[in-house]
Amino acid sequence: MATFGTLSDRLTETFKNLRTKGKLSASDVDGTVREIRRALLDADVSLDVVKTFTATVRERALGDEVNRALNPAQQVVQIVNEELVAILGGQQRRLQFAKTPPTVIMLAGLQGAGKTTLAGKLAKWLKKDGHTPMLVAADLQRPNAVNQLQVVGEQAGVTVFAPEPGNGVGDPVRVAKDAIAQAQRAQHDVVVIDTAGRLGVDAEMMKQAADIRKATNPDEVLFVIDAMIGQDAVTTAKAFQEGVDFTGVVLSKLDGDARGGAALSVASVTGRPIIFASTGETLDNFEPFHPDRMASRILDLGDILTLIEQAQQAFDEEEALKVAEKIASEQFTLEDFLAQMQQLRGAGSIKKMLGMLPGAGGMKQQLENFDEREIVRTEAIIQSMTPAERKNTKLLNGSRRLRIAKGSGMTVTDVNQLVQRFEQAAKMMKTVARGGVPQIPGMGPIPGGGGYGGGKRQAAKNKKKSGGGSRSGNPAKRAAENAALASGQVPGAASNAPAGSGFGIGGGAGAKGAPSEEEMAALQKLLGR
Amino acid sequence: MAERASWSLGSALRNVFGARTIDEDTWDDLESALIRADFGPAVTEEIVESIKAQVERYKTTDPRDVQRMLRELVEERLAKYDPTLKLTERPAVVLVVGVNGVGKTTTIGKFAKFLGNYGRSVVVGAADTFRAAAVDQLATWAERAGAQVVRPEREGQDPASVAFQTVDYAKRTGTEMVIIDTAGRLHTKGGLMDELGKIRRVVEKQAPISEVLLVLDATTGQNGLAQAEAFIQHGGVTGLVLTKLDGSAKGGFVIAVQEKTGLPIKLIGQGEGIGDLTGFTPHVFAQQLVG
Repeated sequence: MATFGTLSDRLTETFKNLRTKGKLSASDVDGTVREIRRALLDADVSLDVVKTFTATVRERALGDEVNRALNPAQQVVQIVNEELVAILGGQQRRLQFAKTPPTVIMLAGLQGAGKTTLAGKLAKWLKKDGHTPMLVAADLQRPNAVNQLQVVGEQAGVTVFAPEPGNGVGDPVRVAKDAIAQAQRAQHDVVVIDTAGRLGVDAEMMKQAADIRKATNPDEVLFVIDAMIGQDAVTTAKAFQEGVDFTGVVLSKLDGDARGGAALSVASVTGRPIIFASTGETLDNFEPFHPDRMASRILDLGDILTLIEQAQQAFDEEEALKVAEKIASEQFTLEDFLAQMQQLRGAGSIKKMLGMLPGAGGMKQQLENFDEREIVRTEAIIQSMTPAERKNTKLLNGSRRLRIAKGSGMTVTDVNQLVQRFEQAAKMMKTVARGGVPQIPGMGPIPGGGGYGGGKRQAAKNKKKSGGGSRSGNPAKRAAENAALASGQVPGAASNAPAGSGFGIGGGAGAKGAPSEEEMAALQKLLGR
Repeated sequence: MAERASWSLGSALRNVFGARTIDEDTWDDLESALIRADFGPAVTEEIVESIKAQVERYKTTDPRDVQRMLRELVEERLAKYDPTLKLTERPAVVLVVGVNGVGKTTTIGKFAKFLGNYGRSVVVGAADTFRAAAVDQLATWAERAGAQVVRPEREGQDPASVAFQTVDYAKRTGTEMVIIDTAGRLHTKGGLMDELGKIRRVVEKQAPISEVLLVLDATTGQNGLAQAEAFIQHGGVTGLVLTKLDGSAKGGFVIAVQEKTGLPIKLIGQGEGIGDLTGFTPHVFAQQLVG
């Protein structure tokens, strides 16, 4: 929601002051916890859950769990995430099937939560798994709910047991009971009972649900809840737990943009696991629930968590030093460049990775313009070179370039551009590694803005260079910081300039105000792993 | 059944108003109560601050003053907008939109009855051709309300054409009110939101649209605002309907929705019976909410 800004924005603001400190102070933690509290409330997590949750986070953050790999801000986020995942159930739970069929699954929930649609989805999913499900129309309340279930059943290709016409006629308890007998006769191994929507405060209807449960002794009672629900989630969930005692939760309408804080509330208050998520209108939009994904959705932290994870993986000092040495002694070759690029590609789509960064929202437009195939093309060019050429670009004369261009299916101009850019980058990196501030001809921060406007090829190559430069990012940055310290500069500023602009990372974000050092550091860690 | 009582914030605020004097706990309790009622952290903060300021200005220590101030504040904020339905055109076309499962079809049934009670002839158009059996559900409601219904001629017919036929029917027969049901759509689905624009355009060729009512479920949390914004952009919403107020949810998010969007709440639904729909009166709403 644009109204309040995302948590990542606000946390970044809060974290600005924390950067240089090694350990969190009480006031740092309080500030962060306050932001998290508000973010959780914005995500519709219930107040009581928020209170206990923030108390736990605060306690842990002030405890002695200091992780050297992370800065203080990241530590808090990590604690928050761990706690969130723990509440959401940690592990996925699977549906429990009865030892002797039929397995009985009963659905319950508020009006409009999506029970009938879910019944169809569940049936289709079960059928795909080799079961022979039967749907039972026990919602005799809502006008034409029975018809709807019949249509849904037909779409899913499963049998629907609907002895009563509905619209207020018939006894749902009796229908449910008869359904079990019918399933045994007709050899259905799973029975899914669709019940009427009911409010938690409606004692009479809750009793009816309890009666259906008693009459059918279901193996699973699934509580279907709308991902968009607000603070009322807890009251309703409690009412249903007391009324019918559900065994699992299904989160519906997750394809909207609600953060789904209700999931956290319900899981936390009732202790029941969330088993499925329903994510669209067609019968196939249905999947097992992933607690970890939900955790990052609630906090809207992009996949900053993924970055943290990667930062945590021990940084390979030795490898980095080797690269740094190479750069310093002018031995950084196209071969290293290629290896790094391949590694980067192995890590997943660059576009996606950039998108993971909090604050990347503003870069989205530019990300759209960034053509990933550029990387493939560059790879092709380098792979068309002989090992000797890769080690020494000076070898590349006109005929060699033509051969390479033909071999990679590109033009000589493309090859020239690549070589030129590589040489430029290598030179810059060398300067940085030796502790200087690079002289980049004709640019402030790299021509990111201009590059994107002028042609995506250039932009892409700038991006791509980040792969080349980044591995050396940390040692280089370190060197630059040392140099800056020596000359009395502010370390942050100095390290930001070469690391960011020099390697083209700043190019994208630079157009929209420089990225915070937080993001820079995160990106570097990501690229430099 | 304690339905009304549970809807009211009364029980949650008993600690506040029942206390002997105003102290820190008062503010904590008030804040908690408002957040539990889905007012959202931002509006809650504003309300608490504003009441705090008033208490200071009048130097009162009586918690009952807080109650009165809260009631007045909520009423004042709700009353900024005009909740009157504008149905002077003939035929008056009302389009009902919203996300899935908020109670659009039920609301239409009740609304048809509501208009019928004033002696108006009503036709409903079943333009929800997507959800299974939605047409039958609407037809059942229409029958209960004594309204005519225009059904799609075949399965999966374009909803815009059903809407067109409904308005056409009203013009031919001289029916005064046209209510068009649309399929529930999540506001994040671009294609479906565009479809809504198409329905509007097609209907407007026949007659001006008097009202586009966005149905919001009282149990919805802070996402209600995002819903309203998207529907205004694509659907040209003119008013809000708040449903399911008979449950334990308070629907506090509507204050934020009203103020952020400038759209008035026009109707409220409080039950599954055909008579459970009323016009919106800020005074009554605030009274019931705060107690």
